[in-house]
Amino acid sequence: MTDRAPRTKYMDRRGWSDIIIGAPYIWLVVFFLLPFLIVVAMSVATKTPTAPPFSFGGDHPLINLDAYQRILTDDLYLRAFLTSLANAAISMVLCLLLGYPMALALTRMSRGWRNIMLMLVILPFWTSFLLRVYAWMGLMGRNSWFNVMLTDWWNFIVPVDWAVRSIPMMNSNFAVILVMVYTYLPFMILPLYASLERLDPTLDEAAMDLGSTPAQVFRDVTLPQSIPGIVAGGMLVFIPAAGELVIPTLVGNAADPMIGRVISDEFASARDWPMASAVAVALLVLMVIPTMIYTHFQGRAEGSK
Amino acid sequence: MPADAPGAGEPFLRIEGVSKVFGTFQAVKNVSLTVQKGEIFSLLGGSGCGKTTLLRMLAGFEEPTAGRIFLDGRDMAGVPPWSRPVHMMFQSYALFPHMTVEKNVAYGLKHEDMSAKDRADRVREMLDLVQLSQFAARKPHQISGGQRQRVALARALARQPKLLLLDEPLAALDKKLREHTQFELMSIQQRTGVTFIVVTHDQEEAMTLSDRIAVMDKGEVRQIGSPTEIYEFPNSRFVAGFIGSINTFDAIVTARDAGQLRLTLPALGAEVTARDVPHVTAGQSVTLAIRPEKIRISRDAPEGPNALRGSVKDLAYFGKDSLYRIALPSGTLVQAHAVNARRGDEGARVADWDDAVWLSFDPAAAIVLAE
Repeated sequence: MTDRAPRTKYMDRRGWSDIIIGAPYIWLVVFFLLPFLIVVAMSVATKTPTAPPFSFGGDHPLINLDAYQRILTDDLYLRAFLTSLANAAISMVLCLLLGYPMALALTRMSRGWRNIMLMLVILPFWTSFLLRVYAWMGLMGRNSWFNVMLTDWWNFIVPVDWAVRSIPMMNSNFAVILVMVYTYLPFMILPLYASLERLDPTLDEAAMDLGSTPAQVFRDVTLPQSIPGIVAGGMLVFIPAAGELVIPTLVGNAADPMIGRVISDEFASARDWPMASAVAVALLVLMVIPTMIYTHFQGRAEGSK
Repeated sequence: MPADAPGAGEPFLRIEGVSKVFGTFQAVKNVSLTVQKGEIFSLLGGSGCGKTTLLRMLAGFEEPTAGRIFLDGRDMAGVPPWSRPVHMMFQSYALFPHMTVEKNVAYGLKHEDMSAKDRADRVREMLDLVQLSQFAARKPHQISGGQRQRVALARALARQPKLLLLDEPLAALDKKLREHTQFELMSIQQRTGVTFIVVTHDQEEAMTLSDRIAVMDKGEVRQIGSPTEIYEFPNSRFVAGFIGSINTFDAIVTARDAGQLRLTLPALGAEVTARDVPHVTAGQSVTLAIRPEKIRISRDAPEGPNALRGSVKDLAYFGKDSLYRIALPSGTLVQAHAVNARRGDEGARVADWDDAVWLSFDPAAAIVLAE
């Protein structure tokens, strides 16, 4: 551990470090913890036709758990949760499968190429996210050149009976997953690259020297050491993907909504703020529990090292 | 002096005209040497001399640009590192940080066709060999540098390699530990009988560890021989200067008779006698080299040839011995070592600052380098 005792009185930076370390905590309290507590409070309130559209007490007990009960019983919410988790999980796995070889390739490039390629990974962030989703909508639409090309190709290789007018890509889970993978891939590549880049290439040579083929070296040496990067990338993709609103709204299937869409609809259209808040709290709990379990085991692993 | 190892039959390791070129840089130039089974053979040289590249070619990480390597009669060309019966102890040890000491040592064994019990026995045996049994469950970062070095050794030896390559095995250890580990390495080598090839830049390490040494410079092998041969009979100014300290003078051969050479040293304005060496003719320019410990210092004129007058310019007291820098009348400085055999204060020394002294050496102690 760092020894906080200053070497000389001139090296005493404790006052500053407290302020610098404290700033993000203050930020988190003001802009995350307090709003979250408000959402939790709203989730146990009662819907009323007033403004704001909820109240505590009245005909109902102070704490009204109806919203949570509905989450557990109403099929709509359960299905939305399942769709979200499934889409997020599939996107995460696809990002990992695509991102791992890319991150590994980055670490093996010469310095010059590596910087160019890293730049290219980050480049999409320089254009508006919405613009990029609209671009995908254009590509996937029935009459786009892209769809026509794919349709021609499909009709060429399959039997006549299977021929189609166009490939139905838009407004489907496929479209949601495709755009989510496209959007979140950099969030997978960057932490993976960061963890792979730190690995000592001598370890690969040592494993090879002891009789392991390159595939075995990857399995025994590279992969186990990159688990922190895989977990970090996985969480960075999975968590926002599970709560994603814009992508499923623009390219998704309205009949099979993701949870973000449900929250948005409850707030805006149904004006059922307690219900929307309860779904939001449930989503957060769903995301936080696995993270905490991982952090716990990670902490134990560090401790036992 | 034998250029090759003693002993008959096909050598265990034969390196034949091996070169390695990286782009436009020639790292190793036409190296040929042989190593016998059970030898400790050192590749000694400064950084960039090609010793590590040569080692990496033996391990299979680099392919020679030209030349061939035979191990136990088998041509190693195109054999990947994972199929070679050669293991390496890396300078950084390269222990797997996510595995315990035990798993590290066992790593190579999983490629061996052996039962789980045999494997566990072998790991225990290796850990006993390096005296680390009680650290089996630790991770590499929980043990000291010296212990890590021993884990690396145990891991490399576990699969019973035919050849063990050690890249600067002692460089990361502090001086005390280095001396201890040196002897431990030698004793482990004797017990296991594995042939060791050691890469080192440390001449002392090479001298104490090795049966034979190859001194390398700029990708070439300059001399191969036992530590004594390399030290006492260097074949070039480079080797003479690389191993230990030495006084070198330009000299001209004036006469050659009765097993003796007469040399004149223009810079010193002195005449000396040295033991005869082959391939030298009168009138030839040569280098005369003398180790500091072979020069005697006395206050009175010595008997015999090779006596030079000088005065003590500098002296460094090391306890067991002292290093003197003696200025000759021509201004040339000569280094001489004297053992402090008598106990006492400053007065017990052979000479003190600015004292006029005589230097002398045996004709046999002088090295004549025709190069």
